[in-house]
Amino acid sequence: MGMFSLSAMLVAALIAIAIMSLFGDNALFMSGLLQGAWLTVQITLLGSLLAVIMATTAALFRLYGAPPLRWLAVTYVEFFRGTSALVQLFWLFFVLPLFGISMDPFSVGVLGLGLNIGAYGAEVVRGAVQGVHRGQWEATTALNMTRWQALKRIILPQAFVAMIPPWGNLFIELLKSTALVSLITMSDLTFRAKTINDTTMQTIPIFTLALLTYLVMSLTITIGMRWLERASLRGMVRGRGR
Amino acid sequence: MSADIWSWSYTLEILPILANAAIVTIEATLISFVIALVLGLVLAVLRMSGAVIGWFASAFVELVRSTPLLIQIFFIFFVLPRFGITLDAFTAGIIALSLHYGCYCSEVYRAGLEAVPRGQWEACTALNFSSWNTFKNIILPQAIPPIVPALGNYLVALFKDTPLLSAIAVAELVQTAKNLGSENFRYNEPMTIVGLTFLVLSLVSAAGIRWLEQRLNRRSVR
Repeated sequence: MGMFSLSAMLVAALIAIAIMSLFGDNALFMSGLLQGAWLTVQITLLGSLLAVIMATTAALFRLYGAPPLRWLAVTYVEFFRGTSALVQLFWLFFVLPLFGISMDPFSVGVLGLGLNIGAYGAEVVRGAVQGVHRGQWEATTALNMTRWQALKRIILPQAFVAMIPPWGNLFIELLKSTALVSLITMSDLTFRAKTINDTTMQTIPIFTLALLTYLVMSLTITIGMRWLERASLRGMVRGRGR
Repeated sequence: MSADIWSWSYTLEILPILANAAIVTIEATLISFVIALVLGLVLAVLRMSGAVIGWFASAFVELVRSTPLLIQIFFIFFVLPRFGITLDAFTAGIIALSLHYGCYCSEVYRAGLEAVPRGQWEACTALNFSSWNTFKNIILPQAIPPIVPALGNYLVALFKDTPLLSAIAVAELVQTAKNLGSENFRYNEPMTIVGLTFLVLSLVSAAGIRWLEQRLNRRSVR
């Protein structure tokens, strides 16, 4: 969808929340949901940060690391992409304490989701780095740059542009996976919706408001990433249009 | 020491129970995926058809893709009964999964349909084909093979999302593992077995998709 339609949907969702809050107890529900939403935002931000770090490390290990590092990266990616995110969270939460490692639910949520999305991101980073034209590497050799200098100054900045749209999708994926932490006792947006529903039984407004709140958050991410993409393309001369 | 962490007799005892639960998981996956494939195609066609309907279909896809599956499952399970539609947990879960993945599949179909060269449509007009005939016999057979891998990825993704059904107490793998864990105070064995089952089944289906992809590429001459 275009930037205009996305912005229109964002405004419409915000207006719908505002109008719904005028009726009955909805304003009360909304303030409860917003407390949960703040936790959702925190987990999303920290998880995204961890995911980006893990993805970049794993991709670079896989591309340029010594064989043991390469195998480590491949195992990490295949393991976290091959098993269910919820099973990973349950495993970190229920099984790891048996080996003497206990973490609070917040850390489990950030770690589990960050590692999970990081594994998907590793393939995105790898694809983007490999997508940089070969001639760029050759030019850095001609200019006598070290491999690290070439990567840092020439290759990664160009790969960065190609990574933005798929990372946008992954951040939304992560935002949506945060709903899973409600199942390991964290009171995020989904958990709040469920508990408020259990006590008040006002199912329709509560879940509608929760859905709208998620919609607002993911549209914000989509619009933000589109903006970032546009900003980083500025001044870049490429074959395909701007 | 190691006997404390992992008990083989307990493992043998719970294996048949988990195998039964695995059947529920696979059932849910296959039924939802078939519905999602049909729904996705319908949504993709709607999006390409009229301006107004197309916009609504796009907005619907955007809405479903932007909100978490878990809350959609809750929505269908808890909200629909308010409108007089009471569903058992399994059916509600199937509806939620197929709606969610139907929207993802519609994006894949759209990419496939848009990749068919314009000339194919024009040639059909020249040959006086009806639009239904054109779509069924000319466009779809060209649009589907290239998108099989992408659809296959969503099959694996859907499979890995079935544990969410445990939130509305469908007795699939994770729910069963959780129940076994809380009955016996041993989470280690059931959770690990479930994790491994998912890993093995995902890897096997990924290999299957790769094989299918190669077969399809061999057949279509480009």
